[in-house]
Amino acid sequence: MRKTDMKKMKKVTKDHLVTYGMVLAAYVIVQIMLASGSLSSLMQGLLVPLTIYSIVAIGLNLCVGYLGELSLGHAGFMCVGAFSSAFFTKCMEHTGMHEALRFLLAIIVGTLVAALFGFLIGIPVLRLRGDYLAIVTLAFGEIIKNIMNVLYVGKDGNGFHFSIKDAASLNMAEDGEMIINGAKGITGTPHQSTFTIGVLLILVSLFVVFHLVDSRSGRAIMAIRDNRIAAESVGINITKFKLLGFTISAAIAGTGGVLYAHNLSTLTALPANFGYNMSIMILVFVVLGGMGSFRGSIISAVLLTMLPEVLRGLSDYRMLIYAVVLIAMMLFNWAPKAIEWRERHSIRDKIKNGRTKEVR
Amino acid sequence: MKKVISVLLTAAMAFSMLAGCGSEEKKDALYIGGIGPTTGGTAIYGTAVKNGAQLAVDEINAAGGISGYQIEYKFEDDQNDAEKAVNAYNTLKDWGMQILMGTVTTLPCVGVVDKTGADNMFQVTPSASSTDVIKGDNVFQICFTDPNQGTKSAQYIGENNLAKKVAIIYDSSDVYSSGIEEKFVEEAADQGLEIVSAEAFTADSKTDFSTQLKKAQDAGAELVFLPIYYQESSIILTQADAMGFDPIFFSCDGMDGILTMENFDTSLAEGVMLLTPFAADADDEATKKFVSTYKEKYGDTPNQFAADAYDAVYTIKAAIEQAAADGTEITPKTASSDICDALKAAMTKINVNGLTGGEDGLKWAETGEVNKEPKAVKIENGVYVGM
Repeated sequence: MRKTDMKKMKKVTKDHLVTYGMVLAAYVIVQIMLASGSLSSLMQGLLVPLTIYSIVAIGLNLCVGYLGELSLGHAGFMCVGAFSSAFFTKCMEHTGMHEALRFLLAIIVGTLVAALFGFLIGIPVLRLRGDYLAIVTLAFGEIIKNIMNVLYVGKDGNGFHFSIKDAASLNMAEDGEMIINGAKGITGTPHQSTFTIGVLLILVSLFVVFHLVDSRSGRAIMAIRDNRIAAESVGINITKFKLLGFTISAAIAGTGGVLYAHNLSTLTALPANFGYNMSIMILVFVVLGGMGSFRGSIISAVLLTMLPEVLRGLSDYRMLIYAVVLIAMMLFNWAPKAIEWRERHSIRDKIKNGRTKEVR
Repeated sequence: MKKVISVLLTAAMAFSMLAGCGSEEKKDALYIGGIGPTTGGTAIYGTAVKNGAQLAVDEINAAGGISGYQIEYKFEDDQNDAEKAVNAYNTLKDWGMQILMGTVTTLPCVGVVDKTGADNMFQVTPSASSTDVIKGDNVFQICFTDPNQGTKSAQYIGENNLAKKVAIIYDSSDVYSSGIEEKFVEEAADQGLEIVSAEAFTADSKTDFSTQLKKAQDAGAELVFLPIYYQESSIILTQADAMGFDPIFFSCDGMDGILTMENFDTSLAEGVMLLTPFAADADDEATKKFVSTYKEKYGDTPNQFAADAYDAVYTIKAAIEQAAADGTEITPKTASSDICDALKAAMTKINVNGLTGGEDGLKWAETGEVNKEPKAVKIENGVYVGM
């Protein structure tokens, strides 16, 4: 009994180590290529977005794969993280604070604010199940996006001014500075997101989710997912653990948002970047990579973010080809027949069979 | 197992990408890149710019190029998204771009401007109209700025006594639209115009405008100001017609394109006024030639975006020639940063007699803002008529 336990533990840990190793290996390869100058500008520009979407996919996977709740509002949490951190950075810009410290604090602020929103949304929302939850989170994402579009915040000698009408109604003093300018969002956020920080944050997110999933709380979360009534009957506090999982998931999405905000000099809440399309895109990453597999989420987030850019050579046909490739990849990964075929032609099995033959 | 395959696929993809990006031998041509949306909701602008610039490039190449060098021109799609635009910019950099003619729409441009500033890449944007775009000293605009359009619209309405009671319908989620709206409201007060209703919509609610129109109608608006793009305008015009609301519609350059829109009854656009720097029916030689060549090649009447792009390419040509006259020869071997330094200085000295410049031509201030006057046109019998 104990032995099998040990073995199982080891297998899980090994699996985690493979994931960490994969991220680190990718990092090292990229660094080598950067140093030797063999990485194209396009790829260099894509490095940070790749880490951003990987992080958000990890966050959503926790919600979808382990909590078993379909969330269509993760772009909303990203948006909250992005705006709160960019707001913080803009406010602190002229205080002479050390830049690295400021960015670290911005990451913490963005993550915490997203977590707070996740918690607040979670309280009413997690009382719902299945489709209803998906719809409410969808609505939440849209609300956040629309609020950001009408929010005007300025700062002058007298402190902060808020308005949801227009910039003129802020009544700011002469020296006033617009921070969030309605639909124009926040402009001029310094570039501080780097690939190294992105990878570090991926590792931290992985560390957090792995520890959560392997812990007592994680097992409780999975028990709720698998059978709510059974979980309740053994005394698991359903609301508490659901909230825990959902809040952490939202916080990780917020971290991705912080990186997003500090990667482009313009931050606006548009349907293309924080709308439900983005939420669904992140869900596609998670579903393609396999629900519950964080490694799969990272791989598919990287693949699907790169794909449309790599297909640029096809000019106008690229979005069409992108959709076709997406369908093909989904079928290849998840169609029962395809899984069967892969199992029959598995390299790993062949190696194993070869070994057993030798033993014989 | 599927993990193994996924990893293999990733590796294969990464490898193929690397294989594709070996440094190519530079050909003997000047590399000019363009960025704009050729897919998605604003594709009509991107496509117009792409074609308009192509036309200019072909003409210049046929006439012997810029100081003897042919132009190599490539256009990348950005889907009207800042992140995608930066990707497009990086792709063009890999291709060997020396000068950027783009981007078409404002928001992606703000994202790209930041990168061109850091790289010191010379950039001329045909149609990104926000003032945020020209913050850096390496960026020059062909179109006039949003604040300028808002102010000019209000002045035009006030000075020509078109109406006293004005309603506005604008897109609060769009930088271009809310930028114009803000300045229009400011200037309207000075012009003695009364804003009877200012109704916003967002990118998510742009399929039905009956509420906004009803409010404008109830408030007794004589003129409805539409600082928005033509897709939404077409719905507004259709719905206003259906409810029997017939004020003067006044719009800015975003309205341009409405006459070539598919599935829209262009008779509804009769009487619409708009500020645009370009009218396809103008009878000067250059415009006539441009319009006929464009029609022949792409089967469409060119809009002002195409004209702006055409002018942008000629502006680049003029700037390069000016730089050469000042003693900096620009060749296909010149690094983009050196080109930028030379052209920045040259830009304030040139005067381009373009399609959109009117009689005085296009001149630039050091800030990158162009000095030209918007023209007001009215749609009559399906064509723009100057007012």
